[in-house]
Amino acid sequence: MAKVTQLVHNYLRHSKRFPHVFCPGCGHGIVLGSLIRSIHSLGLAKDDVVLVAGIGCSGRIPVYVDFNTIHTTHGRALTFATGIKLANPRLKVIVIMGDGDALSIGGNHLIHAARRNIGVTALVLNNHIYGMTGGQSSCTTPMGSFSTTTPFGQLEEEFDISRVTKVCGASFVARTTVMQAKTMDSMISEAVLHPGFGLVEIISPCHTQYGRKNKFKSCVDMYKWLQKSSTPLEKFKEMSPEKQEKAIATGIFEKRDCEGLEEKYARMRRNLRGER
Amino acid sequence: MASKSRKNKFTEIFALGNEAVVEGALLAGCTFYAGYPITPSTEIAEEMANRLPHLRGGVFIQMEDEIAGLGAVIGASLAGRKAMTATSGPGFSLMQEHIGYACITEVPLVLVNVMRSGPSTGMPTNPAQGDVQQARWGTHGDHPIIVLSACDVQECLEMTVTAFNYAEKYRTPVILLLDEITAHTREKIRLPDPDELNIFSRLTPSMPPEWYMPYEDNMRGVASMPPLGSGYRYHVTGLIHDDHGYPTSNPREVEQIMHRLFRKIDQFFYDIQMVDEIMCEDAEVCVVAYGCVARSAALAVQQARERGIRAGLLKLKTLFPFPRPAVEKMLRQCSSILVPEMNMGQISREIKRVNNGQSKILTLNRVDGQIITPAQILGKIQKG
Repeated sequence: MAKVTQLVHNYLRHSKRFPHVFCPGCGHGIVLGSLIRSIHSLGLAKDDVVLVAGIGCSGRIPVYVDFNTIHTTHGRALTFATGIKLANPRLKVIVIMGDGDALSIGGNHLIHAARRNIGVTALVLNNHIYGMTGGQSSCTTPMGSFSTTTPFGQLEEEFDISRVTKVCGASFVARTTVMQAKTMDSMISEAVLHPGFGLVEIISPCHTQYGRKNKFKSCVDMYKWLQKSSTPLEKFKEMSPEKQEKAIATGIFEKRDCEGLEEKYARMRRNLRGER
Repeated sequence: MASKSRKNKFTEIFALGNEAVVEGALLAGCTFYAGYPITPSTEIAEEMANRLPHLRGGVFIQMEDEIAGLGAVIGASLAGRKAMTATSGPGFSLMQEHIGYACITEVPLVLVNVMRSGPSTGMPTNPAQGDVQQARWGTHGDHPIIVLSACDVQECLEMTVTAFNYAEKYRTPVILLLDEITAHTREKIRLPDPDELNIFSRLTPSMPPEWYMPYEDNMRGVASMPPLGSGYRYHVTGLIHDDHGYPTSNPREVEQIMHRLFRKIDQFFYDIQMVDEIMCEDAEVCVVAYGCVARSAALAVQQARERGIRAGLLKLKTLFPFPRPAVEKMLRQCSSILVPEMNMGQISREIKRVNNGQSKILTLNRVDGQIITPAQILGKIQKG
């Protein structure tokens, strides 16, 4: 354990950045730890990693790590990432977004990034709520659950982030929860290595804003619920529809060989310029 | 585009204003374009899509909307590219969010806005000059910005080069305001020899990475800027940040960065202020104009001179920071100043602001989607 902590510390910015902004029980720190372990295991140089984030709790993650870090505007992180990747395909561009960030305000950018298969990795930290602004409903707040803007229950159907991304053409789509740290490590590594657009949806509980309003007495209760309801894809498929309703399918939903847009563009340019 | 070379000294081409923008951008070293189609700016994107893939590292991408277009441009600029986008009114409104981001994160980029009639969808695509104050103040919060204009096709080329130079020199977004008439006029222009141009590129740091401060408060007010991935790892954020780029709400640090942002433009005011004074030396009546209206004004001033009226033309090439000294000189000298513009008075407002009762300010506004004619301006000069 001490060894792992030491490893993570090698990647943190030890200036005046700490203490961090996350609430007790927040899953975002677990994701950051996992991301650092993945990058370390892949042997990527800090200089080659660009961490791009949007706005919200998840948007605050990059400032703590010693990579090239960019905290962009709400929902637009993928547009910056697209520019960076096309301008310098050598860089490993990893985008961190929240659920509202990626699917509500940034929904247009997400579906198009998936469609054009730009070679960036998106980590969507789904906590089912707008945490930073004080617990308003998001497009992934489950139907019937409560938030400050749905005080009588959410009437709208929620988005399934992984499903949306998959049908939009992303070539790597996976889902995990912060309760499966090791699986998350390997999924992030796999997504970063994947040449086209890769998305990993990570269920990261927010007890402060979501749990308290939805009958989770403590954040431990939320983590227990997460452990109970997350189901590997193979097992999920065998479940009855009623049971599926209550379960969270985890695993790799889509993985196919594909050439990233930046590679296609470079090839077209080489052909036009008569280069090898 | 037909081209004809004369002894390899320079080339003359017959080009649209929009095509001249592309020529200027490429001469200035632009290798990245991201945008979304909108008339009357589309020829810029089309020409870029054709030309950029032929350049070393050149990239053109059509994004899903204008917000994404400017986002990708900022990303590319952070990665070390000279990057630009072009749009028109509705797209310019969408881009305001990222203009503010580029201001506070000090990312060099060029944004061409070919103005058309508004508000909203307006009259696609009749000309107007209605986005002047939006270019200055469109994005929220206090911020300095450089806004340039061009009145003919040759100037489209020259001002695009200038826009890139200012963007790189001052680490700021630069907005080039054209209008539908200038952008869609086709005329002969001279392509300058690349050697005769002064091209400025951003300074990159030479100190060891641990000494580097991305938002250092130095004498110039502009810190050096490394491309992403070059060993200088720093934090970029739209939050108000300290000189290392980390978010801060410390009043002293906030005041420092905000004042520096303004200072970096203000202290180089005389470098940025560009005007043309035509027959202004002995003028009693001065027309202040910009964009396509400046061409009508030039003819009107000449005709007024033929009729014995001592008229002059002050053509504004820089709109913001507002070229106050040049205008003030004319305010002191002339009995009246005429400001013809294709809006309800967006630059005349600035002139009235600096007037101090020195001169009579006449306005001539046209918002029906038609150009202001020389005859209209002459009539107004004669009435005085």
